[in-house]
Amino acid sequence: MTIAVQLAYLLASILFIVGIKLLGKTKDARRGNMLSAVGMLVAIVATLITLNILSFVEIFVCMLVGGAIGLYYAKKVEMTQIPEMVALFNGFGGLASLAVALSDHFLKTSVLSIEIDAVNSISIIASVLIGGVTFTGSIVAWLKLNGKVSGQPITFKGQHLLNLALLISFLVVSVFTFLYQGDPMYITILVVMALLVGILIVIPIGGADMPVVISLLNSYSGMAACATGFILNNNVLIVAGSLVGASGIILTQIMCKAMNRSLTNVLLGGFGQTVATGAADGPSIVIKEIGVEETAMLFDSVSSVIVVPGYGMAVAQAQHVIRELMEQCEKRGIDFKFAIHPVAGRMPGHMNVLLAEANISYDKLIEMEAINDEFANTDLVLIVGANDVVNPAARTNPQSPIFGMPILNADKAKTVIVSKRSMGKGYAGVENELFGYPNCLMLFGDAKQTITKVVSEMKEMG
Amino acid sequence: MTLESLIILIYVLVLASYLGFELITKVPPTLHTPLMSGSNAISGITIVGALIATSELGFGTLSKWLGMIALILATINVVGGYAVTDRMLKMFKKK
Repeated sequence: MTIAVQLAYLLASILFIVGIKLLGKTKDARRGNMLSAVGMLVAIVATLITLNILSFVEIFVCMLVGGAIGLYYAKKVEMTQIPEMVALFNGFGGLASLAVALSDHFLKTSVLSIEIDAVNSISIIASVLIGGVTFTGSIVAWLKLNGKVSGQPITFKGQHLLNLALLISFLVVSVFTFLYQGDPMYITILVVMALLVGILIVIPIGGADMPVVISLLNSYSGMAACATGFILNNNVLIVAGSLVGASGIILTQIMCKAMNRSLTNVLLGGFGQTVATGAADGPSIVIKEIGVEETAMLFDSVSSVIVVPGYGMAVAQAQHVIRELMEQCEKRGIDFKFAIHPVAGRMPGHMNVLLAEANISYDKLIEMEAINDEFANTDLVLIVGANDVVNPAARTNPQSPIFGMPILNADKAKTVIVSKRSMGKGYAGVENELFGYPNCLMLFGDAKQTITKVVSEMKEMG
Repeated sequence: MTLESLIILIYVLVLASYLGFELITKVPPTLHTPLMSGSNAISGITIVGALIATSELGFGTLSKWLGMIALILATINVVGGYAVTDRMLKMFKKK
């Protein structure tokens, strides 16, 4: 490989790093993403230069097909479906790494008939394992997120034992794969086992924990690229792969912390199954209702409002009408903000994207730590489609499954209005004691419809 | 692979991971979704491996076909990932 190509790979690595750095500032983020895309283009062009020109036809056909599919999906996808898309793309990345590893294995064993050394063999096997797990794990996560498969955790007896047995057999077959390289049977068994492990580790994890799973699979897709870098002795793959690997791990940690769960606890799965029954015995809650007109009058009389949005808001498509509510309030000089819990939405930062889409300025979106002390001095809090993240039981009730989870102090506000379809439970399946608090009022009905009515009442008031 | 080149690869792995941790911790939660889809696109770097795998040999080999599958998937990953990230970031506005 020529020096020029190596330097191009170095340039690509630098562009990825600078790109990610710029992604840390809202005003530079778009430029950062562009730089990273340029880095990718540089890496692709540099690689093409080293290749046999005769194969360019099929290369361009494949890239045209892949590019068209990718572009179409990126343009079509709804912002509520971004988690599904990321899950699916993680899976594609994993499968691509697996296919490259297999291709290299067969090239060396059956075409070139050369011995694969130990390091190379380990890299190939690692790429097959991580790539395979990423692929099927992501597909299961994708199916759970888009509702094609129930979000309920699927558990059975001896599940962990089976996983352990699979892992041990994987190691044993790996040794055979290295020793009997000419026999394609062993590597095929490895592929099948890796795919199976991916399914088995994601099915016991409940829908509420999907943000953690997507972050983790994101990390795996990076690690798979890294392993491929070791096969091909290529630095740019290792740099890019480890950046993604690190990013996924950090996001996983943030998500776990926001739910007060350890990663092991999430991965072992089954959360939300046992709690549902236990909570039913608790004291029943006496609630107070509020109507649309009273709500509008209340909004008219206050001087500060914080909205706590949850995924339910996006499901009801209420974000646009909440922007109208914001406009009505701002016309009256009312201070209007949004409090964003780290696990609001279905992946890290998802709620911010949903509100940005509704044309809400990002400086209105305040993180939990920054806004939690403000609730006590706030006149009115409107909770839309959020539940567990405002449940005071996380602070007060050691028996509650969500005890210890950091929550938004919405209950500390003078008045709290909860816009909710009915008295259903949150994702974690626990009763919310906030609804029984003396300062809490329930605004029942579809969030979009009721808030639309509130807004038109406010417009009439002028 | 010689031991020396392996050591260099491990150097790169360790340093780049450390750099990644340092960079990502500074990204604010507001941008975590674009960060994830953007880094998802970066993980499509495996496209380099897919290109190499596709370019070798004729259509009679399994290696070639695996390379072509990898190339299609990695391109979806790269193009879709960058495009959707750009679409999201375009919406982040300050008034």
